[in-house]
Amino acid sequence: MTAPALRRLLDEIGPVDATGIEERVAKFTTRSIKKQSKLFGLRLAVTMVDLTTLEGKDTPGKVASLCQKALCPHEGDIPMVAAVCVYPSMVKHAAKHVKGKGVKIASVATAFPSGQAPLKTRLAEVRQAVADGADEIDMVINRGAFLEGELALVQDEIVQVREACGDATLKVILETSELETYDHIRAASFLAMRVLRPGDFIKTSTGKTSANATLGNNQVMIEAIRDFYLATGTEIAMKPAGGIRTAKQALQFLIAVKETLGDAWLNNARYRFGASSLLNDLLRQLETQRTGAYQAPYTFSDDSTGY
Amino acid sequence: MTLPITKTPKCYVGGAFIRSESGRVYETHRSSGEFHANIPRCTRKDVRNAVEAAAKAGAGWAKRTPYNRAQILYRLAEMLEARAPEMAAALKECRRSVDTTSPEQEVRATIDRIVHFAGWADKYEQVLGSVNPVASPHFNFTITEPMGTVGILAPEDAPLLALMTLILPAITTGNSVVALASHAAPYPSILLGEMLATSDLPGGVVNLLTGERKEMLPTFATHEHLRAVAATATQEEATALQQGAAESVKRVILHDPKTDWFSSSHDSPYSLRDFTEAKTVWHPIGA
Amino acid sequence: MPAKKSPARPRELLFGDLWEFDPAPESAEPFIAPRYGLFIDDKFTAPKSRKYFDTIAPRNGAKLSEIALANAADVDAAYTAAAKAFPAWSKLPGKERGKYLFRIARLLQDRAREFAVAETLDGGKPIKESRDFDLPMAAAHFFYHAGWADKLEFVAPGRTLQPLGVVGQIIPWNFPLLMLAWKIAPALATGNTVVLKPAETTSITALKFATILQQAGLPPGVVNIVTGAGETGAAVVDHPLAAKIAFTGSTEVGKIIQRALAGSGKKLSLELGGKAANIVFEDAPLDQAVEGIVNGIFFNQGHVCCAGSRLLVQESVADLVVAKLKRRMQVLRVGDPLDKNTDIGAINSAEQLAKIKDLVASGVKEGAELHQPSCKLPAKGFYHAPTLFTKVSQSHRVAREEIFGPVLSVLTFRTPEEAIEKASNTPFGLSAGVWTDKGSKILKMAAELKAGVVWANTYNKFDPSSPFGGYKQSGFGREGGKHGLLDYAILK
Repeated sequence: MTAPALRRLLDEIGPVDATGIEERVAKFTTRSIKKQSKLFGLRLAVTMVDLTTLEGKDTPGKVASLCQKALCPHEGDIPMVAAVCVYPSMVKHAAKHVKGKGVKIASVATAFPSGQAPLKTRLAEVRQAVADGADEIDMVINRGAFLEGELALVQDEIVQVREACGDATLKVILETSELETYDHIRAASFLAMRVLRPGDFIKTSTGKTSANATLGNNQVMIEAIRDFYLATGTEIAMKPAGGIRTAKQALQFLIAVKETLGDAWLNNARYRFGASSLLNDLLRQLETQRTGAYQAPYTFSDDSTGY
Repeated sequence: MTLPITKTPKCYVGGAFIRSESGRVYETHRSSGEFHANIPRCTRKDVRNAVEAAAKAGAGWAKRTPYNRAQILYRLAEMLEARAPEMAAALKECRRSVDTTSPEQEVRATIDRIVHFAGWADKYEQVLGSVNPVASPHFNFTITEPMGTVGILAPEDAPLLALMTLILPAITTGNSVVALASHAAPYPSILLGEMLATSDLPGGVVNLLTGERKEMLPTFATHEHLRAVAATATQEEATALQQGAAESVKRVILHDPKTDWFSSSHDSPYSLRDFTEAKTVWHPIGA
Repeated sequence: MPAKKSPARPRELLFGDLWEFDPAPESAEPFIAPRYGLFIDDKFTAPKSRKYFDTIAPRNGAKLSEIALANAADVDAAYTAAAKAFPAWSKLPGKERGKYLFRIARLLQDRAREFAVAETLDGGKPIKESRDFDLPMAAAHFFYHAGWADKLEFVAPGRTLQPLGVVGQIIPWNFPLLMLAWKIAPALATGNTVVLKPAETTSITALKFATILQQAGLPPGVVNIVTGAGETGAAVVDHPLAAKIAFTGSTEVGKIIQRALAGSGKKLSLELGGKAANIVFEDAPLDQAVEGIVNGIFFNQGHVCCAGSRLLVQESVADLVVAKLKRRMQVLRVGDPLDKNTDIGAINSAEQLAKIKDLVASGVKEGAELHQPSCKLPAKGFYHAPTLFTKVSQSHRVAREEIFGPVLSVLTFRTPEEAIEKASNTPFGLSAGVWTDKGSKILKMAAELKAGVVWANTYNKFDPSSPFGGYKQSGFGREGGKHGLLDYAILK
């Protein structure tokens, strides 16, 4: 008799101790980043932001100002962000503003955030978003199927979405808060990575549930990326999303990357932040570093909210 | 009248009855003054052999369930009760003028003490152990474990009660024992060995030697495999014991030579503590 | 299968200098006096010996202060003060004694950063550890024991705890203030008075602690601190007024003390050396195990009696674990302990550094394979790179002797039985680690390992409520929890 698929996968990839992971990541939070290294880290973080708006009330106008913010976050020599991240219906509006200018368009397709639509509908949504100009597709996995142990189904859906993406980069959202345990997060990471292309992403969260990216689930996922890379040579990228609102948090996530995956992952082809309010805090801290004076929040244009 | 068959006194070591490897004996006399028996005069080599036997038996004894240890100790009380008159007679033969209690009282007190400790076997852990409320996500508890093989140097007086008072806490907690009996009154320990042999106590858990204390004390002190020594000792003996013990960082438990062995203060879980190591275990809590 | 294969190239991670951290020195003022006297009867007093010795900063060898050298007459004065203070202190109601200890805990918290910097300067440990471990834990020990002072009738059912009298305490240099707290807090809670001698290379925080006692208004003579080296320690051990000696340090010195006390009737507790096995099974959470191994051997530069200095790893995962360990060691930051990002600071003394180097050389000579990550060690001061030995056999010196430095020996095993056998093949018995995802295996291993502390799926965890101490030649007596209190009392 063969063991159930999830059991087999867990045996193959090995367990995670929750307390141990949390002790490990606590050490990242005690790193003290000063002066030039702080500037470097803050600028790097800016380039990694997927500036996101995912609201029912999003309008072409809202997306337009988000795109302006993405291209030119603040006066001075601030770099542009990695991408804007919008609903599929907004892709064509975003394309008008950023296409060809260095900021990519990411879109959350596949009946985001629940994923509870027929596969056919989800695939059609992906194709449309790509046709409208999306460079990157953020999909959600079928958590229900995962928790039921229907791993082949989960993986097969990822493959089909990947095919629908064409040349667009795929980001697979595990929705870690619904998988709940670190063991599940590690298992789901491997499940996805095994059918991804080099440069595709695994991503923590939709930002639409109570718990989002944490240093803990980020660590489990980047360790999975590391183990997968060492075993197969395939470089998978990582995107924590939701809940990262401060520059201080972002630097802690980057320290985790530096000390777990090393220098090759310290760029926006390999690591992203799914965030909106984070950007202004990064800018605020950069200005503080530049001017030596603490900054007020209203100095920075408020073109991104939520997430 | 037929000539009675006299018993050859032998030491109880490794579950067998042995003479000293030295082949030497010393005479003991009845309270009337007449010759009683030739007692083995054990040597440091006998101590070594007994420690080997004890170490071999100890692991299994420590793994017995506390309930099983309790029943075996109670069985020992049953054995002593059944042969109480014989033991009292043996004690009577080595009575000294200073003794204020009767041999029957000593046998009775010994039986009661055995029963007392039999009852502790499956309870002391709940008194001596603890769950520790640490300030981190860990489950943390402290349990006791036997030390291993321990040495006992019994006093000259109360040759049954004192010997058993020192042995009982050691074996209740799962240690194995090498004990040296009273030199002046060794015969009760010879009888005790016979009772131990029929009590279901695995052979080698308690080993009883007789002979000259000063010949064997240095070995008790320095033998590295003995993890503790409990004794009543003169100032000079205590110094020698503790000095010898230092090389192997041995635990030395000294009892006041003037202690009243009949006192209920000896019925205590804290004498069990003397023969245990505390082990603390940590484990994270998380899903 | 991945849709596209990336080009074949050596798969290793690059931990380079793309994002180098700027120095982040801790800037709090440690307030170290140029010269310290002895603390006797609530006063700092010049030593009768009239001698002082220098204490230096291991991070750069610079002189920090001058410390009084106590001779036998000074130690006698300390014991006399402690004996004089004993009757009133031991008769003080428990709840009042407790209040002093609560005060001390709070004052230590108030001045934690100042003390952390002093500890790092004098001892060489990373500021991150003195700030996040030594100081909070020292305060926690006083706070925990404070609460016991009026509850001593609940420690041992059927008995009451009575103080012993004056207790002589000798502590080591690896956790100077924390070991002081481990010693003084339970002694005072149970109503004893104290003569304490810190290690000669790390006296400063003990003497700064004396100012906390003054701020707390602790009655004169309840705690006395005498400084010096071996001769001072011998005077503390030999003094006739000592009712008990509590020692933490090397097994070698522990044996000398046990011998010296023979026949004296003084009580003794010893917390000595170790050579702990950290056992990793194939089903363990390996990344957390690696973290535990690193924490087990590189915490405080390996100057830890319970350091997990022997890694026993199951053969089937040995290569994997060693590879992970090497990778993890690459991101350990070795350097100035005052830098907030330093993971491994300075070795405590030139003498200790020489001892570590000697043992490392013996490992190489005996055929073990040495691995050290490339790291730039500071030019001045005492530093040693984190070191890993593979191909170690049981008989190698590095596998048998306590190194007390950042040096790990890797051995392998195949079955649980073999792991237990190898782990127990040492005269020490202080601590052990077990890593496996299987609960019943943990409990089996925890039961079989002859060690006073067993860390399962974790390592180097401490808590005031958790008894700590060794089996065999790692000493006797426990510190922490109700067990620790019993070693400072007579049961009546």
